[in-house]
Amino acid sequence: MDLGTIWFILWGVLWAVYFILDGFDLGIGTIMPFFAKSNEEKRIMYNAMGPFWDGNEVWLITAGGVTFAAFPKTYAVMFSALYTPLMLLLFALILRGVSFEFRSKVDSPGWRKIWDTCNFLGSFLPALLLGVAFANIFKGIPIDQDGILHGNLLTLLNPYGLAGGLLFVALFAHHGALWLAFKSEGDIHDRAVALAGKLWPVVAGLVVLFLVMSLFMTQLFANYLVNPLLFIILLVAVAGLVLTMTYRKAGRVLASWGASAVLIGSAALFGVVGIFPALLPSSLNPAYSLTIQNSSSSPMTLAIMLGVALVFVPIVIAYQIWTMRTFSHPVTKADLDYEEAY
Amino acid sequence: MDTLMLSRLQFAFATFIHFIFVPLTLGLSIIVAMMETKYVRTGDETYKRMAKFWGKLFLINFALGVVTGITLEFQFGTNWSRYSTFVGDIFGSLLAIEATAAFFLESTFLGVWIFGWNRLSPKLHCTSIWLVACAANFSALWIILANGFMQHPVGYVIRNGRAELSSFLEVITNPYGWNAFLHTVTGSWALAGFFVIGVSAWHLLRKQHVDFFTKSFRIAAGFALVSTLLVAAVGHRQGNIVAEVQPAKLAAMESHWETQKNAPMYLFAVPDPDNEKNSIEIGGIPSLLSLMAFNDPAAEVKGLKDFPAEDRPPVTLTFSAFRIMVGLGTAMLILAVLAFIARHHPEEASHKLLKIFLWTIPLPYIALQAGWAVAEVGRQPWIVYGIMRTRDAVSPIAAHQVGISLAAFFVVYILLASLDIYLLAKYARSEPH
Repeated sequence: MDLGTIWFILWGVLWAVYFILDGFDLGIGTIMPFFAKSNEEKRIMYNAMGPFWDGNEVWLITAGGVTFAAFPKTYAVMFSALYTPLMLLLFALILRGVSFEFRSKVDSPGWRKIWDTCNFLGSFLPALLLGVAFANIFKGIPIDQDGILHGNLLTLLNPYGLAGGLLFVALFAHHGALWLAFKSEGDIHDRAVALAGKLWPVVAGLVVLFLVMSLFMTQLFANYLVNPLLFIILLVAVAGLVLTMTYRKAGRVLASWGASAVLIGSAALFGVVGIFPALLPSSLNPAYSLTIQNSSSSPMTLAIMLGVALVFVPIVIAYQIWTMRTFSHPVTKADLDYEEAY
Repeated sequence: MDTLMLSRLQFAFATFIHFIFVPLTLGLSIIVAMMETKYVRTGDETYKRMAKFWGKLFLINFALGVVTGITLEFQFGTNWSRYSTFVGDIFGSLLAIEATAAFFLESTFLGVWIFGWNRLSPKLHCTSIWLVACAANFSALWIILANGFMQHPVGYVIRNGRAELSSFLEVITNPYGWNAFLHTVTGSWALAGFFVIGVSAWHLLRKQHVDFFTKSFRIAAGFALVSTLLVAAVGHRQGNIVAEVQPAKLAAMESHWETQKNAPMYLFAVPDPDNEKNSIEIGGIPSLLSLMAFNDPAAEVKGLKDFPAEDRPPVTLTFSAFRIMVGLGTAMLILAVLAFIARHHPEEASHKLLKIFLWTIPLPYIALQAGWAVAEVGRQPWIVYGIMRTRDAVSPIAAHQVGISLAAFFVVYILLASLDIYLLAKYARSEPH
């Protein structure tokens, strides 16, 4: 396998890991206004993601950085063509980020309400925008040979883009409910499991809808027909979807969350594999697409960066898993009395 | 205004706000780690309370630093896509290394540190803040090496219409980048030292929690003095490097128009770029500029007139920012010595001195921002010195898009920065638990 292809796969995997990890934070933020009955319950939700959210968000920085390093032209066109949605995403993430730190710093319901709203918007909007953006990338976006977008934000809000957005919101909300169930006990735990149960049919329905739309509205299946072995990715996704339900019903919430993670990861990879070897397909003319061939860095940079990734990414994964294990206990009322709690 | 000007304003504004919060992160993380180490070594609970009190300020400050940093990484793509395409082979990898090797470590272990006081052994907990401190400063290294490539491009060849990597070793040993890194982090450590000194002085003025803030003052005073001495030494070396690799920037820093040997330095001058001279020059010290720039009083210093007008940076801004930085740096050196002398019994220092320490807090902030203004404004009209002009680097996007995002940046950042500074002030004045 050549370096370009290796980096293409790593690129897809990094985005998938970002969706899996930040997905549960964004999901918890999205369900919070509809779920939490009191300030105490909100605080349990904030603290359920407390030690993790910042480390999770770095996967976005890394995915962005790796796009820049390995496929500079894709990075340049992807973010300038998608200028407005990306700016919206960044501002939403800014509001979410500060809401964690600010919320508990002034003891007033009005103050908390402001940051709760920011946390909700900063969770829901990124989930939606990421879904819309990636669905559009999977379908191809109207970029010309100079990487200029022919269209605007509304162009991206086409039926397929919107289906992608809704799918991401549902996947993340379901994923977040399961994480909350894992990190809580008693009434909140039970209600979080029940919410995941209610969200599951929505997720399943949207997965099917998205696949059917992909079949009729995109070229994603072309690679799969050429190499049917790739259908394993879809099988894994379906297995994740089914297992997350069976584990949940068996009362194994962490396993259920893991299956949901598999579902999210394989859903992202399904699209990435479908657009190979393009990273940013053009819907105007396939010749304008940004591909491994015409957008990657020099072999020297790709080789050095591969070395860096092979050394550091496993280390990062190791200490992030250690962190998750260290803080795997359920958040209780006693934890809320902890001085540094959110 | 066109897309270029709006994009420049947006990047300058976003970086400026980001860099209000970054230096305190770089320095205070180390001070908090020193405090916690002292707690682990001595078992004295005061040091644990100190780590928690200053740690809380660290976290409030960190929140804005981290969220404003994320947008910067993406702005190279959104607003400077031609630049990103041209240098991504080199510049992009440095940013990616920063994220994987440093930023992950910093963010993950900060979470561990915040939530781990009762869940980790004291030693492991202390290790996590040291990891945060090292990773934060290590992160600065990669960012400034990336900036170093823009200032003094090395280790590249122009191939396939872009700058491609030819020697990774040269890129990561770029002398400009390393020295600018040292200058920035030591300046940031000094800033954090003065921050702790100033906040402690505020409490000591009110004779409250004397033991707690005397101990904080003492740690910070030593830290500030060492850092301020280092920043001056490294700063002198920075001047030498600029003289060598960016002669137009050096000439603008000094508003030096005529190429000459034994070039003088003026204590006071007013640049007049339109007429290619200084309208006022007072207190010229012969040969001082040659000496400072090249460590040789007889050295020839190239004047601005010997650069084509389109290759000159904005003189007045570069010149003034440099003067502000050097002036404040000198003041900081004196104040650091005073704080060091007072460190054993700061509570007995005169009211006047304690008040001066309190009002010292903003000075390093201004000095650091001015220093970066020299580095970035002085680099103009180049985005990559000598090989790509800023005007050729901007994205092919509509001006109204950038106008709207700039307005949003302005409103959101000013609002959040004000709230953050309000919270910092509120918690700095609070009683340590």
